[in-house]
Amino acid sequence: MSIPASDTGPVNAQIASAMPNEFLTFTLGEEEYGVDILKVQEIRGYDTVTRIPDAPDFIKGVINLRGTIVPVVDMRLKFKLGRADYNEFTVMIILNIARRVVGMVVDGVSDVMQLTPEQIRPAPEFGSAVNSRFITGIGALDQRMLILVDIERLMSASDMALMDNHSQALQ
Amino acid sequence: MSGIDITRFHQTFFEESFEGLDAMEAALLRMSSGPSDAETINTIFRAAHSIKGGAATFGFSEVAGFTHVLETLLDLMRSGRHEATPADIDCLLRSGDALRSLLTAARDGGQPDRDGIAALKAELESRLKGGGETPSAPAPAQASAPAAPAARGWRVRFIPKPELFASGNDPVRILRELTQLGRCEVHCDSERLPGLRIAHPEVCYLAWTIELHGDCPREAVAEVFAWVEDDCELHIDALEAAVEVAVTATETRAPELKLIEGGKPATPAAAATAPAPGVDRRAETRGDGSSIRVATEKIDALINLVGELVITQAMLQQQSAGLDPVQFERLLAGLSALNRNTRSIQEAVMATRMLPVDFVFSRFPRMVRDLAAKLGKQVRLATSGEQTEIDKGVIERIADPLTHLVRNAIDHGLELPEVRAASGKDPIGTLRLAASHQGGHIVVEVSDDGRGLDRRRILAKAAERGLPCSESMADGEVWQLIFAPGFSTAAEVTDVSGRGVGMDVVKKNIEALNGAVEIQSEAGRGMRVAIRLPLTLAILDGMSVAVGEEVFILPLGSVVESLQPQPEQVKRMAQQGSVVRVRNEYLPLVDLREWFALPGTRRATHEAIVVIVEAEGRKLAMQIDELVGQQQVVIKSLETNYRRVRGVSGATILGDGRVSLIVDVGAIVRLFSSPQTPAAIAA
Repeated sequence: MSIPASDTGPVNAQIASAMPNEFLTFTLGEEEYGVDILKVQEIRGYDTVTRIPDAPDFIKGVINLRGTIVPVVDMRLKFKLGRADYNEFTVMIILNIARRVVGMVVDGVSDVMQLTPEQIRPAPEFGSAVNSRFITGIGALDQRMLILVDIERLMSASDMALMDNHSQALQ
Repeated sequence: MSGIDITRFHQTFFEESFEGLDAMEAALLRMSSGPSDAETINTIFRAAHSIKGGAATFGFSEVAGFTHVLETLLDLMRSGRHEATPADIDCLLRSGDALRSLLTAARDGGQPDRDGIAALKAELESRLKGGGETPSAPAPAQASAPAAPAARGWRVRFIPKPELFASGNDPVRILRELTQLGRCEVHCDSERLPGLRIAHPEVCYLAWTIELHGDCPREAVAEVFAWVEDDCELHIDALEAAVEVAVTATETRAPELKLIEGGKPATPAAAATAPAPGVDRRAETRGDGSSIRVATEKIDALINLVGELVITQAMLQQQSAGLDPVQFERLLAGLSALNRNTRSIQEAVMATRMLPVDFVFSRFPRMVRDLAAKLGKQVRLATSGEQTEIDKGVIERIADPLTHLVRNAIDHGLELPEVRAASGKDPIGTLRLAASHQGGHIVVEVSDDGRGLDRRRILAKAAERGLPCSESMADGEVWQLIFAPGFSTAAEVTDVSGRGVGMDVVKKNIEALNGAVEIQSEAGRGMRVAIRLPLTLAILDGMSVAVGEEVFILPLGSVVESLQPQPEQVKRMAQQGSVVRVRNEYLPLVDLREWFALPGTRRATHEAIVVIVEAEGRKLAMQIDELVGQQQVVIKSLETNYRRVRGVSGATILGDGRVSLIVDVGAIVRLFSSPQTPAAIAA
């Protein structure tokens, strides 16, 4: 299992944007997003989650991922997009970020795409569901427009309520 | 060797040195409490000697210098030329402390108390001179005995055992060190050397005869070989005065290595000595491989993996329950074998984290001795069950509570010798530390034969502090009062105890380990505090309870009872929610469904089940839907990938693979810590 170094965030992003990069694309509502494939551990179906008290509604709870307790975030609820149904088609992307494992429920996973630096444009100021400070660029490929998200920063943001400084100090 | 970064061995050096100091202290205390045998002194000597050697190697000259003086004194004791007096032992104990502070300073880069250490060193030196013959003051004239230090020189016959290299020793280094003492004439004996083809590079085939010319005491020569004492045959004889110092051996090293084609001589010496630096590194596993130093994280990782294995196995077991035993006979047999093996692996892996409780007990002889001296009391410390093994994590965390209990026992429990004698007791008080296994738990007891708890005073104090109490309370309940925060019956605050930050902290620490504290006391006869602890921190005895769809785990240790209350037992309070009357107590009622904001409608309390839980001496009624069962669960942290959750101490994985949260009873009780005022409610 390779855990990407988390403490070199900005540098990583620069290097990443300098080289051809592979992105896992997923849909949320009408928009298509891409995350660095290296942050993705696996994709799986939606499991039974155990609810956690004292958590915002978009944190569905925790699952047992081969013995590890992993929190699950429903991005559809977080960004109020799509319909938050849970059935056999509901997918979850297991991310490996900031030395943590987090599950993310999305509308659908499309494919893995390779983008050259020329295909990546700077992020314009526009209203996507995801706050623009987490968007590293726009990937253009044929007719598709891919919103590239710095998933590590997004998940670490305080409004995701996934981590507390307190618990990090304790570790 | 110069290319090797030596600092990476520092950690090991410090660890071993501190362990050595502990062993030394324990041995010194054994000496002070009775007649000492040679082995005890040897233990002390060896500890000092390895610290000195290590310190010199790593360039901690202060440590090495101090230990050298210490070692010289110890050597005299070892050889019986210096009788150890109590004052000596006291001085040695203080030297151990000084050494500890020097080592700590060397490790953390602090400043040791140099003046104090210099004074201690001077004291050691004066003891050296004061007692018996000393090697540092040899009079050349008194050379009468063969072992007299004034001999013209020494003939040393050094025959290493073949496995010498395995202990990381290098004869070349020893020979070089020997040349520091005087001119050496070295003869290498290569008789044991087999042909090159079968010679093993890690085996030492050579032996040496060294003629050392010069005025040096025999001890000095022997010391050069101290490291290899057990790995060689060594004869040190005085050179006869008549022997002429004929040949001046300018060759200070082992004989020069010449390659003689087809012949046996010398060449394999190169092969034999070459591996030594490599072997050096393996010296960490010394002790004939009977123990290996392993980082705790590695063991924890192993324990985690085994935890997974146990869960997977339980899952398989559950899945296979419905299978037809005839059709799936072999599968089921395999599963049951898997079950057995998994349990054995789990036990074996858990055992690697276990340490004998002696690790904590061993600190007490010294503490008891110092405390008793300070308070003018006479205390005999008796320990039993030191070999009882407890999880390392538990050991580390019971040290403080135990220290507190021992202090309390000496300060408050045991009386002064005169008082004891007056009441017809042995003037020497007994403090007993005992550890034992009791049905899946470890019980550690601290007991004394002192005055016991004073019921009247505790009640008076409790009333004064406004704690709920009455004269009619049973003894056991009265003793529980001393666990109230800030409670102290000590008439005066000593610097040992009595500040009132005591038993409540002890109890809290023990409960944090899922343990319990029990007190027994008899006025004038003594007191006994028993700490009941789980075998390990990784596994919890849990009671699983259901609320709606969810299953929660309550630590079994905090569950008092469960019941289905009658409607008249439940009372609604104006602002404080509900209470449940259980016998004569009114307990605050917490609905777990509400607490965890679970979906579903709340049942009426008399249709649900109430579990009475207790933590930190306070009770609480928890309303749940159903009791599911009791099981051992592997504790998992929620904080690894998530964050701390109020009222949840961790999570576990159930047999069906679902995650279940472990309820933090202590946290919930703390939030509902309404003072129990039965009178007010009953009115």
